[in-house]
Amino acid sequence: MSDLAQAAPLGLRLPRVALRPAALGAMLRRAIVRALPLIIMLVLILGAWQIAADRPTASLPAPSKIWADSKDLIIHPFYDHGGLDKGLGLHLFASLQRVALGFLLSAIAGIALGLLVGTSEIAMRGLDPIFQVLRTVPPLAWLPLSLAAFRDAQPSAIFVIFITAIWPVIINTAVGVRNVPSDYRNVARVIRLRGIGYFWKILLPSAAPFIFTGLRIGIGLSWLAIVAAEMLVGGVGIGFFIWDAWNSSNISDIIVALIYVGLVGYVLDRLVMLAGRIVTRGTA
Amino acid sequence: MSIRHLSISDVSIRFAPNAPDVLQKVRLEIAQGEYVAIIGHSGCGKSTLLNIVAGLLKCTTGGVLLDGTEVDEPGPDRAVVFQNHSLLPWLTCRENVRLAVDQVFGRKKSRAERAAWVDENLDLVRMLPHAEKKPGEISGGMKQRIGIARALAMQPKVLLLDEPFGALDALTRAHLQDQVTEIHARLGTTVLMITHDVDEAVLLSDRIVMMTNGPEATIGEILHVDLPRPRDRLAFAQDPRFLAARAGVMEFLYARHRNPAEAA
Ligand SMILES: Nc1ncnc2c1ncn2[C@@H]1O[C@H](COP(=O)(O)OP(=O)(O)OP(=O)(O)O)[C@@H](O)[C@H]1O
Ligand SMILES: [Mg+2]
Repeated sequence: MSDLAQAAPLGLRLPRVALRPAALGAMLRRAIVRALPLIIMLVLILGAWQIAADRPTASLPAPSKIWADSKDLIIHPFYDHGGLDKGLGLHLFASLQRVALGFLLSAIAGIALGLLVGTSEIAMRGLDPIFQVLRTVPPLAWLPLSLAAFRDAQPSAIFVIFITAIWPVIINTAVGVRNVPSDYRNVARVIRLRGIGYFWKILLPSAAPFIFTGLRIGIGLSWLAIVAAEMLVGGVGIGFFIWDAWNSSNISDIIVALIYVGLVGYVLDRLVMLAGRIVTRGTA
Repeated sequence: MSIRHLSISDVSIRFAPNAPDVLQKVRLEIAQGEYVAIIGHSGCGKSTLLNIVAGLLKCTTGGVLLDGTEVDEPGPDRAVVFQNHSLLPWLTCRENVRLAVDQVFGRKKSRAERAAWVDENLDLVRMLPHAEKKPGEISGGMKQRIGIARALAMQPKVLLLDEPFGALDALTRAHLQDQVTEIHARLGTTVLMITHDVDEAVLLSDRIVMMTNGPEATIGEILHVDLPRPRDRLAFAQDPRFLAARAGVMEFLYARHRNPAEAA
């Protein structure tokens, strides 16, 4: 939860008042001052990297070489020469589609199962041990099994995402449901709010911050798993792109792809966090 | 004035089969419209007693009657203002009150009537200007006021206050005490209030119930505060009747029933 507190560093929360030019200028200046440490750090890292790798014997390319090798890749993310010869943007898009579907399924099933385990003592005793064992299985270990079951790469990859992301969602939802503060429960009892009304008005909102924590962990794990899964199942996708670049010894492309993977993962995390803020109305 | 409005008869409670009773044979009759304060050292069982009246806890033996009906579950006729306000943080102040009003009067009042009733109660505690704020955006005293508005909006027969001003600074506390006194005078609701503050007890209540130390705590003494209302805190500071009542409570708490932790 620690980085929830330091969220919105670059002015995500826009002021409600109309902006005068002077205020805009001041805001811009403040944004630059805030980003300055980051910019300096990036320059330092790139500089050090350049100095360290700018030798003929170096095994990894320097930033200048990456730029020279992979300029096309960086500038044209959406080119499409048919087949698997596509821009990084299109590969990422294919991966994102898989993650979106797998993650959506795991969010639905995970919240439903979490609610069940959190509210029913019997379900908890029956299912929780199973969940605790299954969640330790590494994502890729599910891949052969799902390939055997689905006989197709696409649903197998989606299943791997699903099964990777579902555990934190289940567990966090169940914890959230079980930990509705007794204060809230007492309020509900005094006003005789029970059953479905209690579920919607007390239980779900009270568990929502936990649920979104689970979803955030889940989306992060999905993105970790998709790259690995795509390396194995092939087809259009960022994982396969990296694997393909490795096979053609194109290290510069790999590095560019890694940076894109990182940025997209970051954006996904922030999106789920933002969704959580909006849904829980700022209490997450 | 019916004598048998709220009657607590021989209430005992223990939390584990082999543990001693936390409360033993607590007996108290409260009349309609009466303001009763409960005072006693920390851990003696004040909150436990209040929760039994609220129906949130079940007593082991004995029982509570409200207007002749046995109390066996919580309900809006015994609204509670909790010690830590217990507002739902995802709702605005108005929505917190509205949740209770919709739930309690969902069938009896129209939508517009309910909305007006919510605002009327917010206005009663002077919180209408802050109705759209979340509990996280207002001060502790304001939260407590919303808690009081929520409780009053249920039109309870008995208002149960668990150290409602305990966590507040002296100025806010005095201000809220005045508001509660005014509301009590206006609505004539029966009030049962827990407090640690002797002055507060004397200033607000008709009777002060002093509890002995636990375990097996019970009512040690009851002091009638025969001071005219409205009571003015400034004038009372020198009033001999006020000082006598205050001394009586102090004597009970610090001479005859000293805090077990300090006495040891
Ligand atoms: N659910 C419970 N299970 C076991 N023991 C409990 C429970 N609730 C209260 N007790 C015990 O009952 C006693 C009285 O508790 P209670 O909260 O009523 O005290 P109190 O007078 O309200 O104290 P304070 O002034 O500090 O709020 C304490 O010794 C406490 O440990
Ligand atoms: Mg207490």
